[in-house]
Amino acid sequence: MLKRKDLLGIQELSRDEILEILDTAESFQEVSTRAIKKVPTLRGKTIINLFFEASTRTRTSFEIAGKRLSADVVNISASTSSVSKGETLIDTARTLDAMAADCVVIRHSASGAPHTLSKLTKACIINGGDGAHEHPTQALLDAFTIRQRKGRLNDLRVAIVGDIAHSRVARSNIHLLTKFGTHVWLCSAPTLMPLGIEKIVCDHGEFLHVTNSMDEAIEQSDVIMMLRVQFERMSESFFPSVREYFRYYGLTRQRVERARRDVIIMHPGPMNRGVEIATDVADGPYSVILDQVSAGVAVRMAVLFLLLGG
Amino acid sequence: MDLIVKNGRVIDPERKIDAVTDVVIREGKIRSVGSAPASDIPTLDATGFIVAPGFFDIHVHLREPGTEEAETIATGGNAAVAGGFTAVAAMPNTNPPNDNPSITYYIVSEARRSSPARVFPIGAITKEQKGETLAEIGEMFEAGIVGISDDGKPVMDAQLFRRALEYARMFDMPVIQHCEDVHLSKGGVMHEGVYSTRLGLKGIPAAAEEAIVSRDLILTEMTNSRYHVAHLSTRGAVEMVRVAKARGLRVTAEATPHHFILTDAAVADYDTNAKMNPPLRSGDDVAAVVEGIADGTIDAIASDHAPHHVNLKMLEFDRAPFGITGIETAVGLALTKLQLSFARLIELFSINPQKIMKVTPWGLFEGSDADLTLLDPNRHWKFDVHQSRSRSRNSPFHGWPMKGKAVATIVGGKVVYEDRG
Repeated sequence: MLKRKDLLGIQELSRDEILEILDTAESFQEVSTRAIKKVPTLRGKTIINLFFEASTRTRTSFEIAGKRLSADVVNISASTSSVSKGETLIDTARTLDAMAADCVVIRHSASGAPHTLSKLTKACIINGGDGAHEHPTQALLDAFTIRQRKGRLNDLRVAIVGDIAHSRVARSNIHLLTKFGTHVWLCSAPTLMPLGIEKIVCDHGEFLHVTNSMDEAIEQSDVIMMLRVQFERMSESFFPSVREYFRYYGLTRQRVERARRDVIIMHPGPMNRGVEIATDVADGPYSVILDQVSAGVAVRMAVLFLLLGG
Repeated sequence: MDLIVKNGRVIDPERKIDAVTDVVIREGKIRSVGSAPASDIPTLDATGFIVAPGFFDIHVHLREPGTEEAETIATGGNAAVAGGFTAVAAMPNTNPPNDNPSITYYIVSEARRSSPARVFPIGAITKEQKGETLAEIGEMFEAGIVGISDDGKPVMDAQLFRRALEYARMFDMPVIQHCEDVHLSKGGVMHEGVYSTRLGLKGIPAAAEEAIVSRDLILTEMTNSRYHVAHLSTRGAVEMVRVAKARGLRVTAEATPHHFILTDAAVADYDTNAKMNPPLRSGDDVAAVVEGIADGTIDAIASDHAPHHVNLKMLEFDRAPFGITGIETAVGLALTKLQLSFARLIELFSINPQKIMKVTPWGLFEGSDADLTLLDPNRHWKFDVHQSRSRSRNSPFHGWPMKGKAVATIVGGKVVYEDRG
């Protein structure tokens, strides 16, 4: 069991806590292969998915994870809630608390929104992605996938390529992978590389590397993680055009050849084919994108169990 | 109002006074500084206290008219005297803004009616603070403004700002700029650096402040006008003002307690009471502000007292408004955190603010208004935000232990605040 009320980010987790989640996820993975995909572990617990941002895979993944553990799962999206009537986040949270929810999974465009909630609710809070801050369950499912494929989390070379500035997935993965002693190469145009990124991890900075060259980033890499290009950013002139972006930071078959022969290619989704990743790469033999999605259910079952069980 | 302030250590760096003696007040004016003969005038025992000319906070937001749920002229004035300030300069970003003489008249008359502290309004530079056309600066001057500023909304149009500098010269008023290039800071909610990147919050780079300071200093030199930099917060800005002063430009600058004490690390838990503009900067910037205060580059300490209703500060960090209260903590924090002589401290809080805003000295000159601030430099206390006289509670300094406090405030010979401990 995790000795904490909430899962707000990877930054504050210890290696042991992360391993406990991944080991537990492994034992839950089997549940999803059964004919009757359900265990009674969280019967009588109420989980609320409170999503202020559009999301298909994360919300569905949490919903399935909760239901496979026999919890009651309620989905609230911002457009259908009293939030659209002007209610504040804090009042929404207190209302849910008063209904004796055991757990609130929150996705919000404002960094820190889950932290604000956690101070005011008895329910445990799981960060389902906050602004450009963290997306801890994504990093955990990525780690789960890497460990399954590579047999370890240490001493690897991982390239994270794309819009680092606006990516909570990148931040959570940076924290997780450097904790285990894996070298992380961050790669994007300078306009999408935030100030001070090389210093954001407190203890394992020697494992973090920054480059503008995609070739340098993926050279001999064991894992390539592509990030989605966020089209809504185009208006701010972070790069001149999609065509030019793909020329420098698109993952093509030729580029993949620079990586190790057994490289795996990951993407948190949703993908923009032909923008950050070529279709033949996304659907090719190195791609583990769908494994990530299945791992997501097992990892989220583990997180829910470790926070709510017992 | 007759009063003898007895046996305090009277310090006035302007008149080079530093002596344990008395101040005799008659009919609200200072009659004499020096040992008072026995009389039946009421006395205030200032033994062990510093007796200084009245402190003047040249950067506050009183929120009236328009946002009275956050602060009023009365509550802000009451908080001011509890912080040791006998006077404040009120920024024009009210609703409607102070961009015409009728608003100025309202603030002046409401302050006379309800505020124990003197209130000197600052007028807007441009109509509705929109940065498009000049406000009625002359008519507002006639009504009582002491400076002009579009505080919170920097004048981005360089040509218009040049005109403002030139026009204000007619009245010898300072043009006060909130220095922020709004293109560089767009969407930003905290200082851009390691913390903003780690927290995933959009940054306001130091360059946003420095780009405008730099531009404005060039225009100040060109127009030979009086320019005042509000809440200086970065090393680069401090250095540019230092160089400009050495070259003889008519530039002055203020810094706030939060910018000489707190760094962007204070945002770490998404505390909306660590959200203000300019934002809390890096440790190196804080060191530069402290150096600037010590060497005279920074002329004044001002609080940038910015009350906001708790409902707004409860929002997500991105959505919460910028600003913190500070008028009750400024003096205590300066006494606690800055290693300065009392004379220098009094320059920063009283003499220089008066000179910047060109208000008649109400200090320790015979015949001037008897406005005094009494400090107990040894008083240990903690700021309790729930006891604040402000209508708002948005202070990051709740519970902070401090050494040194304003213990009595006298305006026009009347004791308007007293804290005997």
